[in-house]
Amino acid sequence: MEQKTKIDAEKGKQEITITREFELPVDLLFKAYVEPEIVAQWMGTKVLRLESKKYGSYTFETSDPKGNVVFVASGVIHDFVPGVKITRTFEMENTPFAAQLEFLTFEKLSEDSSRLTMHVIYKSVALRDQILALPFAYGINMAHNRLQDILGNTKISNHDKAD
Amino acid sequence: MNLRRDVFQAIADPTRRAILLLVATQAMTAGAIATNFNTARPTVSKHLQILTECELLEQKQNGREMYYQTNAQKMKEIADFIEPFRKMWDDRFDKLEDIMKNYKSTK
Repeated sequence: MEQKTKIDAEKGKQEITITREFELPVDLLFKAYVEPEIVAQWMGTKVLRLESKKYGSYTFETSDPKGNVVFVASGVIHDFVPGVKITRTFEMENTPFAAQLEFLTFEKLSEDSSRLTMHVIYKSVALRDQILALPFAYGINMAHNRLQDILGNTKISNHDKAD
Repeated sequence: MNLRRDVFQAIADPTRRAILLLVATQAMTAGAIATNFNTARPTVSKHLQILTECELLEQKQNGREMYYQTNAQKMKEIADFIEPFRKMWDDRFDKLEDIMKNYKSTK
């Protein structure tokens, strides 16, 4: 099966590039990054604040089903050109992971297709590898649901012995 | 070679993956880890032993308590360690695409 999302993570570098082509006009793709209620849907997080403009900032908050806050992520938007690019920082508060710098580039491929390139720069090679190796650490908001699934399955099969 | 296979066996088990997930952001004691599972405590201990033996987890003594934490170095040795990270973004982008396609059609 063809992989739609590609990750380029060269060994020994403190950066990665995530590339994805969408069957969407570039303005709709961009909108998915701008409208708080849309961001909330696909990121699976609560959007407390999202000022989509140059020098704006954002705060996402993810809770578990009981309503306990799992983590808060925030950042500032350094550059914002509608339909073209967003340059921003991203940091998970109260975690050992340092802020990262993200360059998001939006390209029109045709009237109905577009490409997103996300170039992410981490504080160190070690930090990048840590985050890549533990996707749950980076994307805990999404992974959290998966954690619930895994833990749920674990509880069902709690008679299984460790092999 | 043998050790390598062990790493894959270790991560093939859903409980052990859940344990790795739990300690991903913070070191935890065996007791604290066990409270997250309905599984019997000795079973969790066995899982921790397997994860420690193949070095995906490392133990760290802190006073009288033994903490478990992930060994990022070892995680890197898993050939497709990047795949779950890629999958996470792929899932998000699939959702984005679905939402915006509906958005377009309702406009």
